[in-house]
Amino acid sequence: MAQWPNLRPEVASVHAERMDHLFFFLTGVTLFFTFLIFGAIFYFMIKYRRRSETERPPATRDSRILEITWIVIPSLICIVLFFWGARLFFAAFNPPQGAMEIFVVGKQWMWHLQHPEGPREINQLHVPVDVPIVLTMTSEDVIHGFFLPEFRIKRDVVPGRYLSEWFQATKTGTYHLFCTQYCGALHSGMRGTLEVMSPTEYAEWLRDNATAESMTQMGRQLFTRLGCDTCHLADGSGTGPALEGRFGKPVTLASGESRVVDESFVRQAILDPGSLPLPNYRPVMPTFRGQVNEEQILQLIAYIKSLGSSERSQTP
Amino acid sequence: MSERAASDALPLLPDQPAHSASSVLHHQFEDIEQQRDADNFGMWVFLATEMLFFGGVFTGYIIYRTLYYPGFVAGSHGLEANLGAAMTFVLLASSFTMAMAVHAAREGKRGMLVGFLTSTIILGIAFLALKFTEYIHKWHEQLVPGFNFHPALESLRGAPERSVELFMCFYFFMTGLHALHMIIGIGLLAVLAIVAWQGKIPRENYTRVEVSGLYWHFVDIIWIYLFPLLYLIGGRYQ
Amino acid sequence: MSTAVAEVPVQSQVHYLNANYGIKSWLFTTDHKRIALLYLGSITLMFFIGGAAAVLMRLHLIEPAGALVQPETYNKLFTMHGVVMLFFFLVPSIPATLGNFLVPMMIGARDLAFPRLNLLSWYVYITGAAFTLYALISGGVDTGWTFYTPLSSHYVTTHVIATAMGVFITGFSSILTGLNFIVTIHKMRAPGLTWKRMQLFLWSIYATSVIFVLATPVIAIALFLLVLERIFHVGIFDPAIGGDPVLFQHLFWFYSHPAVYIMILPGMGVVSELVTCFSRKKPFGYIFIAYSSLAIAMISFFVWGHHMFVSGQSVYAGFIFSALSFAVAIPSAIKVFNWTATLYKGSISYDAPMLYALGFIGLFTMGGLTGLFLASMATDIHLHDTYFVIAHFHYIMVGGAVMAYLGGIHYWWPKITGRLYHDGWARFAAFVIFIGFNLTFFPQYMLGYLGMPRRYAVYPAEFQVLNVMSSAGASILGVGYLIPFVYLLWSIRYGPIAGSNPWQSTGLEWKTPSPPPTENFEVPPVITGEPYGYAEPEHARV
Repeated sequence: MAQWPNLRPEVASVHAERMDHLFFFLTGVTLFFTFLIFGAIFYFMIKYRRRSETERPPATRDSRILEITWIVIPSLICIVLFFWGARLFFAAFNPPQGAMEIFVVGKQWMWHLQHPEGPREINQLHVPVDVPIVLTMTSEDVIHGFFLPEFRIKRDVVPGRYLSEWFQATKTGTYHLFCTQYCGALHSGMRGTLEVMSPTEYAEWLRDNATAESMTQMGRQLFTRLGCDTCHLADGSGTGPALEGRFGKPVTLASGESRVVDESFVRQAILDPGSLPLPNYRPVMPTFRGQVNEEQILQLIAYIKSLGSSERSQTP
Repeated sequence: MSERAASDALPLLPDQPAHSASSVLHHQFEDIEQQRDADNFGMWVFLATEMLFFGGVFTGYIIYRTLYYPGFVAGSHGLEANLGAAMTFVLLASSFTMAMAVHAAREGKRGMLVGFLTSTIILGIAFLALKFTEYIHKWHEQLVPGFNFHPALESLRGAPERSVELFMCFYFFMTGLHALHMIIGIGLLAVLAIVAWQGKIPRENYTRVEVSGLYWHFVDIIWIYLFPLLYLIGGRYQ
Repeated sequence: MSTAVAEVPVQSQVHYLNANYGIKSWLFTTDHKRIALLYLGSITLMFFIGGAAAVLMRLHLIEPAGALVQPETYNKLFTMHGVVMLFFFLVPSIPATLGNFLVPMMIGARDLAFPRLNLLSWYVYITGAAFTLYALISGGVDTGWTFYTPLSSHYVTTHVIATAMGVFITGFSSILTGLNFIVTIHKMRAPGLTWKRMQLFLWSIYATSVIFVLATPVIAIALFLLVLERIFHVGIFDPAIGGDPVLFQHLFWFYSHPAVYIMILPGMGVVSELVTCFSRKKPFGYIFIAYSSLAIAMISFFVWGHHMFVSGQSVYAGFIFSALSFAVAIPSAIKVFNWTATLYKGSISYDAPMLYALGFIGLFTMGGLTGLFLASMATDIHLHDTYFVIAHFHYIMVGGAVMAYLGGIHYWWPKITGRLYHDGWARFAAFVIFIGFNLTFFPQYMLGYLGMPRRYAVYPAEFQVLNVMSSAGASILGVGYLIPFVYLLWSIRYGPIAGSNPWQSTGLEWKTPSPPPTENFEVPPVITGEPYGYAEPEHARV
């Protein structure tokens, strides 16, 4: 038996609460002006209804003041709305430092979620409450969208790129996860749940679902299995540069361009090394496109990140 | 236009020869001035749409050139700039002959008009022949994305293969679109030349030649942009 | 009632409808009025095809698990609904029917600048429609009307190419129509008809035409590149070779945002005509309404990124798009206020066209204001790609544009056919449409806020009640749309003769007989005064 719907989705984060404030303000503005206009129309319709066929109302004079008023007031409202919305948006996409990273790979038609400690989930994500979580997301195939309505956030998940969004749950519970960018036949089935648990429960869950390796360890295994370690020797004497301490630092390419070694850079280096030639190194790194999927790339990135980002190493 | 009642027929202008029915004032216009004005303005509006049409591909080109400059340089150096330069001269010459054709039409000189239109057509065909030659060369070098893209290492010139492939995509899209417009233009001019040869373009109403000229010059200008953007990236003679 | 005139209305013996008979006289006509009717027939057919898809969709959505079709079929239904309704109904609707019919008449000309080009436009439209209908019949396409890559370029196996080609071809029909209108309005106005003496419908058609010619080529190229990528499997949207799928979105929305203004601006022009005629007053703030059309057209080119706040676009670009999206709302607000002020101290009649116009003003206000929710970046994060967006654009497109279209059809029906329709039925239908429309789409705002994504063939059970409400409303709306079909067609044969100006409007088009002769004006008019001279004694300015 279908029940009467809620009018408001649950509020599961501070951002959700703040967005709702803006939403309600907008609702107020909308209802105000809608009723104002409808009201004026009804009032005029009745008060000035045509009483005889030969009626010829006299012309009313235009009013410059009125025009200016109803340009200025809506403009002011719009300015307020713009700044409010822009600031909130900026905060919505700027995670705090030290947020817990979860990796998301969307593919037709399911979500693969990976915790750094190792556990992997499909269409379900367990996270602790009151901890900022940042989701780093990419797609194996088409554009998807990762939507958490109770948190009022979503972002498209685009192949070939890493896009992120973050949230911090304020209440434990089970929440919706929807795919929100049409992605083909079973788009409406690409749904799941977000399970927010207390810290102790979360620790327990991690233990119960522990895998033999963490992401970093899985990444190291891949690094060896794919032969990366034959060229990228730790002492820098190999055909390729040493990767210790490189993550997060800038690097200068052969063209003179400067890039930061972030997730996107590492992904590009793995899939299309020819596009990132380095000075002092021959461009002989083969591409690994087709040999690694997006999840494995994320594991390799986790491993490379773990190779220390605090020590400075010599630039080549 | 069979639904005009006979009594509504507008009078022909006094000195219209009977066989030049197509040069009579069209019924929706008040006078020949208005008709010429409208025809010209119409062609300019059409050219504005063409600018936006090419604009989309040019935008994509600019974005990818910024992202993948080395690949674009490599791809560009693989194009035959000599052929490109020859094509540029041919097109510029054809714009000259086209301008002369418009001049001839304005003067009412039928022979000159037909002659210059034909020269323009011949130069246009020469352009297409050169382009065709270029495409054949690219086929032999196996640089045609989607059909035959297996570039030799020298063709890549040290740039990543996929960036060169992207460049070649743009090369074929942009020059192909341009060539399509050339073919349409040549068809247009051929019809015009035939009509002119039949004597149906009097000096009072040569607007068709004028607007065709506008179209032709526009297609020429597109090439003037395409040539450096595709063929002359990154300098060659260092 | 509005037809009380002292003398008995007459109809001339020979007019544009009976000047020639036979199918060839219609298929090879260059008379703008006949071409308008050719368009009217074709777009009505496309409207019912798109509407049929909508009916099936709403029936399907009664059940959370889907009541009617498989998800694959549902995906094809919403795609075809979008493609057909947008490109083959809404974009041409008012410009190609009412615009074609009225523009020459309102400027005192015998025809458009390029009548044969006008006929070609119709044939191009039909060709594009044929491609799309072919795609529909041979299995449909399921990419959504937005054709996002790489789904549409590399993943689906349905008839993307045929559909994209259909839209591509029909785009040229729009471009040629827009070109025709621009040249006509610039070069062929009757003596004395300055820009500021033009009726407001002409201003909005002009602004629409500017968008036609400048925006449509960009979607042409976007679809063209998509088709090439799909055929040859290489392209500039493919991430595997460094292409950017989001680039497609930029090219697509660069047209598709101005396109929505193509769909609404002519409706606004119609509403200006209706509100003035049926309150017997000149428009309040004529110059503001006129210039706001141009402002909307110009600003509309710079807001396309508001469809892409969460698609990976730079946040700074997002700021600019958001600010400009708020800016483009202001000219629309100006119009709404001015229309409402026009009613003040008027002499308001409740004829069906006026009911449609007043419904437009209210529903467009609500629809436009819900656009602010989407222009504001933070709320857009939540509402993007949900039913809120669907409700927003249907309020504008259906509550706005379609109601303005119906209002215009009713208003100018006597001029087009020489007959009056039954006003009682017309008002009843307007009422049914208004109720049905709100029942259908208001619940969708709520669904969107609650989080129901769009393009979902199945949905969580908690959304069912609102979906059922929406579907119930849709059935009422569907009936509402069928009613005018009946009485309008009936009136062609059995309706009373209308006479040249049954509404006693001041518009120039009403200075001709109904139906008009092929050449429109026996004597080209000379304009000596301002438009909308309702307060003047004879309110004639010719």
